[in-house]
Amino acid sequence: MLRYITQRILYMLLTLLIIATITFFLMKLLPGSPFNNQDKLTETQRYALNEKYGLNDPVPVQYINYITKLAQGDLGYTFQFDGRTVNSLIVNGMGPSATVGFEALLFGTIVGLLLGILAALRHNTFLDYGAMVIAVFGIAIPSFVFAGLLQYYVGVKLGWLPVAFWNGPEYHIMPAFSLSVGVIATVARFMRTEMLEILGTDYILMARSKGVSKSAVIFKHSVRNSLIPIVTILGPMAIGLITGSLVIENIFAIPGIGEQFVKAITVNDYPVIMGTTIFYSFLIVSIILIVDILYGIIDPRIRVAGGKS
Amino acid sequence: MKKSKWSLLLTLVLVLSMFLAACSGGDKDKASDSKGGEGEKATEKPNEPQVLNLVDSTEIPSMDSSQATDAVSFEVMNNVFEGLYRLDKDNQPTEGVAESHKVNEDGTVYTFKLNPDAKWSDGSQVVAKDFVYAWQKALHPDTLSEYAYIMGPVKNANAIQTDGDPLYGKVEELGVKAVDETTLEVTLEAPAPYFLGLTGFATFYPQKEEYVKSQGDKFSLEANTMIYNGPFVLSEWKHNEGWQMKKNDQYWDKDTVKLDEVNVKIVKDVATGVNLYETGQVDTVGLNSEFVDQFQGNEDLYTRGEATVFFLRINQKREELKNVNIRKAIDMAYDKKALVDVLLNNGSTPAYYLVPGEFTFSPEGNEDFRKTNGDFGKFDPEEAKKLWEKGLKEIGKKEVAIEFLNYDSDGAKKDGEYIKNQLEKNLPGLKVSIKAQPFKQKLELESKGEYDISYAGWGPDYQDPMTFIDMFVTGGAHNQMEYSNPKYDELVNNAKKETDVNKRWDMMLEAEKVLFEDQAISPIYQRGVTGLRKPYVKGVVNHLFGADVSYKWIYIDGKQ
Repeated sequence: MLRYITQRILYMLLTLLIIATITFFLMKLLPGSPFNNQDKLTETQRYALNEKYGLNDPVPVQYINYITKLAQGDLGYTFQFDGRTVNSLIVNGMGPSATVGFEALLFGTIVGLLLGILAALRHNTFLDYGAMVIAVFGIAIPSFVFAGLLQYYVGVKLGWLPVAFWNGPEYHIMPAFSLSVGVIATVARFMRTEMLEILGTDYILMARSKGVSKSAVIFKHSVRNSLIPIVTILGPMAIGLITGSLVIENIFAIPGIGEQFVKAITVNDYPVIMGTTIFYSFLIVSIILIVDILYGIIDPRIRVAGGKS
Repeated sequence: MKKSKWSLLLTLVLVLSMFLAACSGGDKDKASDSKGGEGEKATEKPNEPQVLNLVDSTEIPSMDSSQATDAVSFEVMNNVFEGLYRLDKDNQPTEGVAESHKVNEDGTVYTFKLNPDAKWSDGSQVVAKDFVYAWQKALHPDTLSEYAYIMGPVKNANAIQTDGDPLYGKVEELGVKAVDETTLEVTLEAPAPYFLGLTGFATFYPQKEEYVKSQGDKFSLEANTMIYNGPFVLSEWKHNEGWQMKKNDQYWDKDTVKLDEVNVKIVKDVATGVNLYETGQVDTVGLNSEFVDQFQGNEDLYTRGEATVFFLRINQKREELKNVNIRKAIDMAYDKKALVDVLLNNGSTPAYYLVPGEFTFSPEGNEDFRKTNGDFGKFDPEEAKKLWEKGLKEIGKKEVAIEFLNYDSDGAKKDGEYIKNQLEKNLPGLKVSIKAQPFKQKLELESKGEYDISYAGWGPDYQDPMTFIDMFVTGGAHNQMEYSNPKYDELVNNAKKETDVNKRWDMMLEAEKVLFEDQAISPIYQRGVTGLRKPYVKGVVNHLFGADVSYKWIYIDGKQ
């Protein structure tokens, strides 16, 4: 197992290097400069600025310099805000983003699982249809529409919850809930389908005929076995959520990182483009690894390392 | 918690009003009646918490006055720092750190007398060498200030910035001298009637060398690594979330400042801003055209004009666009008024000129530059068609295809589509293909001249027509469309050297006329801003260049 994990980590680093390389060269194809006052700069100044940030060097040299710094964990300075490092930008922004994302993930998964299980157990009843209607709506309505409606009715009209900002627990409810709607819908549908299939298998029939209690059949045998596809989708979904949603963060004025994934590209903020991309990729490859390990725990039949070590 | 703060404030106010009442009671009997009335009025105001709640669209990019380049930074700085002068309610220079000044005969040497009461927030006096240090720092090549060119009018400023010039980097040659602690002498290259207003611009703010050096790399990065000399201090700065200003106790004119606290939160979504406004959490919010309709007729709605002009650059590198009739036809072929009324719907006005209206006024008679020169051209599809056909004949073509470089924002895209449709409809044989690019990429293509026509905008750097007029001189950095007319060049260059303010003014008027005889550009509109403001926010002062708002004169009256 240990050997397997080491091997996987090496592959991870290689993947990251490849991603960093491709992004770097693609990014250099963007026209324009990263400077804020681009249209009013004189030639002398533009040259001096480029010199300072090493942008006059040939691109391969810039690449080597960047990778060297990256290896030391230094992502450089952003061009958008004076004297702020990309590291601090990511660290500061990740706090709120990850908090909302995690809350949405937790709430969404729990509710989604319950809905899915209920729907499967009460197959073709009112409950089943109800749960699936919720799921379809959850997938069909974009989170920003939902967030906008929620903000207007619950925040402005009813005044139950704060409209926006990031000051305390009550400020988390609307954004986390808006984000979780998609999670609920996806998880519920996967869970229902998988549960239905498993409830129809021979081993469940066997367990029942052996007289195993109903709850044991459901939780020990059906639910556990239905979790495999959920775990598969949960990984990437978690990354998407905790790295922040541009729309939700904008709507609720949350000081998160979501915006930078988009804005950095439009303003040619090279260090931030690289920083956010690498950070995101790092999370993705780590989560894939974790998910692969989790598979083994949930279902010993697909323990990945089994054959090799 | 809120309640307890409130009641504390109320108690304080009550105690204070009792004290005041006692004072006036102690005055001479005769006056006591009328004074008593006044006293009541005066105590009414502080009765309300003087707190202003605002939203802004982005984190402050920079708080170092020699580095800042953007509207958000300029606005914050204008309220926590102060230059020699600052702009008042009528956008005229009023005393800042300087209490008076003298100008020599030919208008090139300014001697400023600094106010000895002007203090930094650490209690030390703002002295002449603080200005010398800050200005030299902004121009120093190592500072890499992106706005240093604004110092151009000061003697040797341009040479110091130009690589290869014998003065390159020699900031001690800059025309600014600390004669003594409270006397600052500034020498200009040539007379610049707008110079006083310019001293209120961020790049001209003072910096205390000793303090800046003591902070090293941390200087201006956090609220507590700066010292302030403006009406307010930045008391809290939560990056990416918002910031808070408090009244500056050390400010020389603190009696004028009524607000105790200004809270600014970062809100990027207009709908969110509106929702916050409706729940009373913010006192003013900007609107986009979608919301303007919704609030039409609402008494909180306000509109104000800005001095930013949007126009079509017509790239005269293109053979077909070198023809003046073709250019005139393009300018006349689309309805600017309809674009402004229907698409923008935000208080913008159609433009038939380069220098914006309500922006600059003649040295004698105080007449608006715009009023003197009037409009150039109008929407006239018939005439446009005639000119177009004449132009086509002259260049010997039947069809012309041009590329229209545009911003990729939602608003600009709609405007672009509209202009394209109008041009294609009214000018038979014209094909327009739109190329929408993100802001920076668009600027890059523009500066390389890789476009035929482009949607461009220009805002003023100082309050003088020259900030617009000199854009299109031959070979100028902002020309970017190979326009060239020796007559225009000569007028601009002479105006820059002219010492007689009236002659200078006439030359600028003439230069704009020449520009439009040639139809060098096709102006579209002068931008306006629309927003909502609570009626209890009084004394708002807006500016046309540099910072948008001054909080110095704002007060809250009638919130309760």
